[in-house]
Amino acid sequence: MSTTKIPGTRGIIQEEPLLWEKGKKGRRGMSIPASDVAPVPFPPELLGGGPDFPDLSEVDVVRHYTRLSQWNYGVDTGMYPLGSCTMKYNPKINEKVAATPALAAAHPMLVDDQVQGSLQVMYELQEYLAAITGLPGVSVQPAAGAHGELTGMLIFAAYHRSKGSRRTKILIPDTAHGTNPASAALCGYKPVPIKSGANGILDIAAIAAVMDEETAGIMVTNPNTLGLFETHIREIADIVHAKGGLVYGDGANLNAVMGIINARRCGVDVMHLNLHKTFSTPHGGGGPGAGPVCVTEELTRYLPVPRAIKDGTSYRLDYDRPDSIGRVHGFHGNFSVLLRAYSYIRTMGPAGLKKASQLAVLNAAYIKEQLKGTLQLAYDRPCMHECVFSDAGQQEDKITTLDIAKRLIDCGYHPPTIYFPLVVHGAIMIEPTETECKEDIDQFIEVMKMVVREARENPELLRQAPLRAKMRRLDETQAARHPCLCG
Amino acid sequence: MRYLPHTNDEIAAMLAVVGRKSLDGLFCSVPEGCRMDRAMALPEPLDEWELTAHTDDLARAMQVDHTYRVLIGAGSYHHHIPETIRALMSRSEFLTAYTPYQPEMAQGTLQGIYEYQTLTARLLGMDVANASIYDGASALAEGLLMGLRVAKKKARVAISTAVHPHYRQVVRTYLAPTCYELVELPVGPDGRTDLAGLTATQDLAAVAIQSPNFFGVIEDMETLGRAIHAAGALFITAFTEPLAYGLTKNPGACGADIVCGEGQSFGLPRSFGGAALGMFACRDEIVRKMPGRLVGQTQDLDGKRGFVLTLSTREQHIRREKATSNICSNQGICTLIAAMYMASLGGSGLAELARLNYHKAEYFKAALRAKGAKIVFDSPTFNEFVVEFKEDFRPARERLLARKIVAGLDLARYYPAHAGRYLFCVTETAGKEVMDAVAGEVKP
Amino acid sequence: MKELSELIFGEELRYTEDHEWVTAAGATLRVGISDYAQDQLGDIVYVELPEVGATFARGDQFGTLESVKAVSELYLPVSGEIVAVNEALGDAPELINQDPYANWIVEIRPADTGELERLLTADGYRQLLRG
Repeated sequence: MSTTKIPGTRGIIQEEPLLWEKGKKGRRGMSIPASDVAPVPFPPELLGGGPDFPDLSEVDVVRHYTRLSQWNYGVDTGMYPLGSCTMKYNPKINEKVAATPALAAAHPMLVDDQVQGSLQVMYELQEYLAAITGLPGVSVQPAAGAHGELTGMLIFAAYHRSKGSRRTKILIPDTAHGTNPASAALCGYKPVPIKSGANGILDIAAIAAVMDEETAGIMVTNPNTLGLFETHIREIADIVHAKGGLVYGDGANLNAVMGIINARRCGVDVMHLNLHKTFSTPHGGGGPGAGPVCVTEELTRYLPVPRAIKDGTSYRLDYDRPDSIGRVHGFHGNFSVLLRAYSYIRTMGPAGLKKASQLAVLNAAYIKEQLKGTLQLAYDRPCMHECVFSDAGQQEDKITTLDIAKRLIDCGYHPPTIYFPLVVHGAIMIEPTETECKEDIDQFIEVMKMVVREARENPELLRQAPLRAKMRRLDETQAARHPCLCG
Repeated sequence: MRYLPHTNDEIAAMLAVVGRKSLDGLFCSVPEGCRMDRAMALPEPLDEWELTAHTDDLARAMQVDHTYRVLIGAGSYHHHIPETIRALMSRSEFLTAYTPYQPEMAQGTLQGIYEYQTLTARLLGMDVANASIYDGASALAEGLLMGLRVAKKKARVAISTAVHPHYRQVVRTYLAPTCYELVELPVGPDGRTDLAGLTATQDLAAVAIQSPNFFGVIEDMETLGRAIHAAGALFITAFTEPLAYGLTKNPGACGADIVCGEGQSFGLPRSFGGAALGMFACRDEIVRKMPGRLVGQTQDLDGKRGFVLTLSTREQHIRREKATSNICSNQGICTLIAAMYMASLGGSGLAELARLNYHKAEYFKAALRAKGAKIVFDSPTFNEFVVEFKEDFRPARERLLARKIVAGLDLARYYPAHAGRYLFCVTETAGKEVMDAVAGEVKP
Repeated sequence: MKELSELIFGEELRYTEDHEWVTAAGATLRVGISDYAQDQLGDIVYVELPEVGATFARGDQFGTLESVKAVSELYLPVSGEIVAVNEALGDAPELINQDPYANWIVEIRPADTGELERLLTADGYRQLLRG
């Protein structure tokens, strides 16, 4: 019997059918105002039958979603060490700020004088992100990290076009997120994969060997997805610049280095940030996020249109930007997400943000140190905000990373990121973030050690896991073979 | 700092374990030349109460705040949002979860998205809807790129100029670095898209039509769909006001192959244009060319019904540069809000609310006509319509602003040909007295 | 994953280094994937097939196989025209997992039957897998 204390246990979970399996025709779940105007016939040739929706009462709807929510696990439930996703605490005051009635009701096509508050938030946030990255030109329009990457690649393409050069390739390390090659491909660039060196970081020589004048530049995630700082980033940037290329910094992992690095001094020309990671806005089950893009002075003219600017004491949207790549969003990006990030930065201040990065790295380094005798460490180098292990030590017990992850669910944790990055076979990528306290991290470490012991002593427990969650393992093969995407 | 739980003693103990003397020592792998060489120029921290006061200042800086009646739609609509949505969406099990990669502990999000996909598909009359795209504009851009993938070797797409001008700008941005060509289709005097030039356009992969279009005009979608298919192209339809499908024929019934639009009307605040919700649907046969996340039904080891992310091989994390899109998110919480809204209204409620919106706009048109204003397009409209006044409307608009009414959108910036004309929008939120107030300011 | 000793080989088939097999079926050739390939890929959930009548050069990608979390490209072992595709795989891609040699993927009319001779024999392929 194990004596390790695990936080997970069982509560009462209610069953709940699909929406259209409940309700009765004629029920109504929200008020519709009484009409104060005369009815007018609608042209019959355009009339449709209306959708086949269930009719539900307000109580039906509230119970439905309350029960569904209880089948979920969020940062507010417990530790969520999902590597690369930065599942830090999402402050409650940010939600209140985002819901401020005057800001939440603002129509996006009002004229500048009427929306000075909204424009001030956009402008100030641009300035803050410039201060944090060291890159002075900022657009807050991209709606997600991948959208920011696309914006960045469009800027690459516009820059090279302005130089009269047609470049067809882009360098992408093998540790990159899949979004990098996909974003580059949308701009017609063929990704050239770069193998990371034996120590998990990029070799200068590997870049020098392939960088040429047909290559638009390089996309580097720094710290990289192994949680390692790309120590040679400046030398690599110099090589790329010498051949006329640009350097894209994927800022997905900025949470490790706020106040520590200056992206400009690293040689980065364009960088996107994930406000839903580094700046604490909630992930919402997959979105909405926001992916602002920061660029050098030289590239500012290519940023999406419009940009918020300060004109004397007032703010306005600048549309007069002839070199801009154009619009990437219908309006001004995910403004309500921008507001939350603004609120976070105002709450943290410069010292608080730097401390957040330091503690994020401390927590990861501590876990790495405490677990490296338990699980096989992919690279034993100083880690940043996350550390990557593998299931190599469990192979003889025929236990995989997936089994370990599912057993952690039974223990009350959201598992780490698994099977990414691809360069580590059976990767287990742990990112605790700075908002986890020492005793919770110690408990997680103890539980991890227990699970690894169980892998040896009672492997069936892991293979059968989870047994305490709402569902047991789900048949993903059936879902993909015979897709049922609509009820 | 209240979000950072470490005490100094704990920091010292943890540093001892990792073998560092200080927090700075953790960053030994960062070369000197890469470091931030000065403190970040950011304002000093505010406590919760100071931040609340600062937010109040920002709210006061809004000349047009939530107490104004804004009679502008143009892709962002004022509808009543039931209080249940505010309560349910703030449940942190939904809000603070990530993409449901571990389905056993994310069934809430997964079933919620599956229900959203289903209600969206039923609303639009399509076989399958995805778990959403960023917004209506990017959904249309993705829709056209998908059309080009489906049509394989064709390299040209066409788009109606009655599609929201911002959406067309986004499409241009997405297509700029590609070898594809974008053709714009004119609008006739009835406010509907004119396809006369279509047959002369060769090599056409897809044609995009918005209905109701930017001018509020309901396009003759069945006729357009037939003509577009006859030209050998895919029929892509866009929308900014999904409430219209409570009343009009849905895109699927008119032959649409791909449908993309904005779902903000369904329970999301206008919030200066975002967070938004890109709704996206298509026919079954082309689902493997679709961008974005999809949730599917399956069962667990005990045979119980459950839901998982599926058809992932379309996506960037597996197919990388050959993926159907670079998108790796969905508008998660916004999809749940839209589903809550559709569920709260129900089928009969959606129809009733759509009719009410129609009646309001018809009343408003009649009131303006009675004062001699011209409704520019006489085709049927939904919620929105274009008005031309006999005299310069700007002084009246100023007077109305003083009465906290924003009277329509000046079309000059978006369609120079329509300078001096205004696009008005009324929904169920506009009382008769507001519409009468506007009509009252019109000089006959 | 199967050990090398557990893998099944069609002794009369010819193989490519990309793990496709080829066999003559009258005037045409049938192409499928090896037991090793299906085992590596795991449960196959979708087969993307080319159009009948399409022509490909040797080594061209002519389709894809998908598992839940991977995509594997199919390369044509010899140049030729697609004369038939195995329609049964559309509804039941798992057939390849069940018997990768009975369940061919495409049938081609080879442009040059000489190309067949350049492919690996079963022994040669076994050697390749042994590394």
